[in-house]
Amino acid sequence: MSVQPPARPRSRERARAGTAVGVDHVRGGWRMVGRYVVLVAVALLVLFPIYTTLVASLKPGSKVLDHPLLPGNFTLQVFRDAWTEGRLGRYLWNSTVVAVLVTVAQIATSLMSAYAFAFLRFPLKSFWFVVFLGTLLVPLEATLVVNRRTIDSLGWLNSYQGLAVPFFATAFGTFLMRQVFLQIPKELREAGQMDGLGHWGFMREVAIPLVRPTLGALALFSFLTSWNQYLWPNLITTEEKMNTVQTGLRLLNSSVPDIERFNVPIAGTVIAALPIALVLIVFQRQLVRGLTAGAVKG
Amino acid sequence: MRHVANVRLESITKVFDGVTAVDDVDLDVADHDFMILLGPSGCGKSTLLRMIAGLEVPTDGTIVIGDVVVNDIEPKARDVAMVFQSYALYPHKTVRANIEFPLKVRGVSKPERAVEADRAAESLGLTEYMDRKPGQLSGGQRQRVALARAIIRHPAVFCMDEPLSNLDAKLRSETRAELVALHRRLDSTFIYVTHDQVEAMTMGTRVAVMSRGRVEQVGTPQEVYAKPATTFVAQFIGTPPMNLLPPGVAEQGDLIVGIRPEHVGVDPSASLRATVQLVEHLGHETLLDTRVGETRVMVRLDGDAVGPEIGTEIGLDVPVRHWHRFDPATGRRVDS
Amino acid sequence: MSGRSLGRRGREWMLALVMLGPSAVILGVFVLYPLGRAVWLGHQRCDAQAKNCATKSWSEYTDVFQSREFQHSLWVTVKFALLTVPIGIALGIGLAVLADRHLRGIGFFRTVFSSTVATSVAVASLMWLFLLQPSRGVLANVGWLQDLFPVIKSPGLLHDPGTALSGVALSSIWANLGFTFIIVTAGLQSIPRELHESAYVDGAGGWRRFTNVTIPMLGPTLVFASVVLTSRAFQTFGEIDLLTAGGPTPQDSTSTMTYLIYGRTSPIKSDAGLQSAVAVLLFIVLLVLSLLQLRGIEKRVHYGS
Repeated sequence: MSVQPPARPRSRERARAGTAVGVDHVRGGWRMVGRYVVLVAVALLVLFPIYTTLVASLKPGSKVLDHPLLPGNFTLQVFRDAWTEGRLGRYLWNSTVVAVLVTVAQIATSLMSAYAFAFLRFPLKSFWFVVFLGTLLVPLEATLVVNRRTIDSLGWLNSYQGLAVPFFATAFGTFLMRQVFLQIPKELREAGQMDGLGHWGFMREVAIPLVRPTLGALALFSFLTSWNQYLWPNLITTEEKMNTVQTGLRLLNSSVPDIERFNVPIAGTVIAALPIALVLIVFQRQLVRGLTAGAVKG
Repeated sequence: MRHVANVRLESITKVFDGVTAVDDVDLDVADHDFMILLGPSGCGKSTLLRMIAGLEVPTDGTIVIGDVVVNDIEPKARDVAMVFQSYALYPHKTVRANIEFPLKVRGVSKPERAVEADRAAESLGLTEYMDRKPGQLSGGQRQRVALARAIIRHPAVFCMDEPLSNLDAKLRSETRAELVALHRRLDSTFIYVTHDQVEAMTMGTRVAVMSRGRVEQVGTPQEVYAKPATTFVAQFIGTPPMNLLPPGVAEQGDLIVGIRPEHVGVDPSASLRATVQLVEHLGHETLLDTRVGETRVMVRLDGDAVGPEIGTEIGLDVPVRHWHRFDPATGRRVDS
Repeated sequence: MSGRSLGRRGREWMLALVMLGPSAVILGVFVLYPLGRAVWLGHQRCDAQAKNCATKSWSEYTDVFQSREFQHSLWVTVKFALLTVPIGIALGIGLAVLADRHLRGIGFFRTVFSSTVATSVAVASLMWLFLLQPSRGVLANVGWLQDLFPVIKSPGLLHDPGTALSGVALSSIWANLGFTFIIVTAGLQSIPRELHESAYVDGAGGWRRFTNVTIPMLGPTLVFASVVLTSRAFQTFGEIDLLTAGGPTPQDSTSTMTYLIYGRTSPIKSDAGLQSAVAVLLFIVLLVLSLLQLRGIEKRVHYGS
C-alpha cells in the first residue's frame, strides 16, 4: 500500500471529497521518504545508549572501545559474572516481591477509595477528596526522613514490609479510577439496584469489569514506579541481602574498580533492564490507553 | 407465582433541593392495570415511577405495593422490575448473562437460570442473540433484552420509563402492539411513563395525566378524552388540541368553552364568525386554522372538503352538546 | 439517589469508611503525618535518627533558607530544571509530531520512542555513566566530539565542575523522553481532526498549523508534562548519586536539594532536624512552582471548548 495522492486539490470541495489525501497522510513520495529517514535517524539516536551498552557489556573492559558498535567475538560469560558477583538473582527477587506487593495493594486501595468517592454519599466528601488530592503535592523526599524513623520504630528496617507498606496507597490511583468510575452511566447502577446488587456486588460484577483497561494501566504504572524506586530502598536497607535491583546495581558498580572488568557492571545493567523492558513491550498499548484516559483529558 | 399487585400512592411528595417535583399525589393502580403516567417533560412522572421502583425515597407520603408499605424497602425486595429509557444493559456481559443476572444475584442455580433465560428470550424472539453483547445489537433488540431481564423475575409490578422513545417511528408502533400483548400474557401490573399521548391512548387501560408535579386526571383513555377534568388535560389529549374559547365568546357568562376541532362545523349562517388563516389539506382530513378575535380555533373537515379562501370570514357551528365548560380561574371542568 | 431513610444512609457512611479506610490510613501515616512532623522537626536540631532533639526557634527555617549550602543547592536544582524541562518538552513534542502520521510501521517507531520509559533511574544513569566515562566511555572517545568538546575526555564531562550538571541533565533528559513522548502523543491524538482539516483547507501549511492549532490545543497536556517533569527535576536523586555523588568537589556542582538532604556526601546527613527543614523548604518551593506553572500557562493557553 503506498500513499500516492492525487494532485493538490484546487478547491475546497475536492479537498473534502478526497479520502487518500487526509491531513495527516504524508503526501508525495519524496516527503514520505524524507520522513522515514528522519524517523530512522531519531530512532537510532534514542536507541544509541541502549545499543552501545549492550555491545559494551559483551566485551572485556580493555576492548570496549575497539569497535564501539560491533560486538566482535563476544562472550556471554560476563553475564554470568555480573549475575553472581552482583547477586542479581537475589536482588531481582527482592524487587519483584516488593513491586508485586505494592501493585496489588495499590490496586485494592485505589479501587475501594475511588468507588467510595464515585458512588457513595457521605459527609464532607469534597473535603476528603481535596485532602486526598493534596497528598499528590507532597514530594516523596519531604516524607522520607520521618518515614524512615517510623519504619525503624516498627522494626521494619531491612524488611519487605518496610520497603512496600508506605506505598500501599496512592492518591493518583484513586483519582484515576474515580475518573473512569464516574463515566459509568448512572442508569447502570440503578439497573443493578433493581436486580438486587449491593455495592460490593456492583463493584465486582459491573464497575470493575468495565474499567479493566485503566486498571491494567494503573497496575503497570504501580509496578514500574515501585520497581524504579531508588531513594527509599537506599535509606532503609543496610543489609546487603535486602537490596533491590536498583541499589544492587550501585553496589555492583562501586565494587568493580578494575577497569579491565568494566563490562561487568554494564552487563549487570543489561540484566536489570530486561524484565521491565519485556513487560512493557508486552503491555505498552494498555499503558498508554489507560493512563491517558484519566490523566490528561481530566 | 400469583401475587396481588396493586399499587397505592398516598399523599406522595418529592422535593429536590427546594424544587417540588411531585406534589401531594394520590394514585390507585389496580392489580393487572396498564397504568400510563402521561405528561410533558418535567411534570414529575418519571420521579413518581422511580419512587415506586425504589430508586428515590418520597419526601412525604406512603407507597403500598400489594399490602405492604414499601417506603423503606430496597428495590430488590419490592418485587418490582424496571425497564430504563436507555435500557441500561451491562455492556460487558452477553445477552444471556444480562437476562439471567437478576436470578444470579438471587442465588438461583445455573441450570435453572438457563431454563428461565431461554424461556424469557424465546417469548421475545431473542433466542438467536443470546451469545452476543449489547453493543452488537440494534436499538429494538436491546430493548427486548431489557424487557427479558425484567420479565425473568416474574415481578408483581413492571415499571417502564419511556421505553419506546429511542426507537424509530415504525419500530415504535410495532413494539406498542407487542407490549400490549405482553401485558395480557403476564400476570403483572404495568406502570408506564411517556409524554406521547398516542402511546397513552392506545396502550393503557388507565391514564394519569400529570402536570407540574400534580395529577390532573385519572381515567380510562376514553374518559380522559371525552371528559377532560381540566383545561390542561383538554389540550394535552387530542391532536389538534381542543379549542378553548374565552368566556363570553360562545355564550354569555364567565366560563371557558372548549370544543374539539372535529366537532366544529362550517355554517355560513352561524353567529360565531372566524377569519381563515390557513387551510391544510392532509388527504384524509382538512384542517382550517381560523381566528375568532385573538383566539385560534381549529376546524377539522373531511378530506374532500373544499376549504374557503385564506382571509375570508366564515361562520362556525359549535353545537352545545359537544361543549366542555371550564372555570377560567382554576382550569377545572364545570358540569352544569 | 437522594434522600434515604436513616438506616440506609448510616449504612452507606459505614461502607464509605470501610472503603476509604485503608487508603486514608496509609496516606495519613506515610504522607501527611511525615509532612507535619517534618515541619516540626525543621525547627529542631537532632541526630541522625531524629532523636535527642533540641528545640530551637522557628527562625531556624530562615537560617537554613539563607545558608550557603541551601542557596547553592537551590541554585543547582533550578539550573537543572531549566536544563531538563524545556528541552525535554521540546523533544517530546518533536518526537510526538514526527511519529504522528499514518505510515507503515509507525508503531515500531512509537515503541522505540517510548522505550526509555522502561529504564529505571539506576539503569539509565549507569548507561550514561558508561558512555561518558573518560577512559572507556564511547561518547568520551569519539574523535570529532573530543575536538568539539575537549572536556569530555579530560577530565570527563561528569568530572568537570562546569559541565557535570549538563552531563547529568543529558542522562535525565534521555530517560524522560519516553514518558514525555507518550504524554504528548496522547495529547495530539485528542485534538479533534476537524481543527486540523479546517486549517488545512484554509490553506495553512504544516508549520502554521503547528503553531496555530497543535500547540494551543496541546495546552493542558503541556502543562501536565511540565508540572511532572519539573517535579521530577526537583526530586532528582538517583542520577546524582550514581553519576557524580554530588561533586565534583569542592564546588559540589551537582548537589541538588534532594542530594543535600539524603546524599552520601551531604554535610547535614547526621541531623534529622536540618534534613527536615530542607525537605519542608523543598516542598514549599515545589508547591509554589507548580501553582505558578498552572496559573501562568492556564492564562495563556486555550483549552478548547
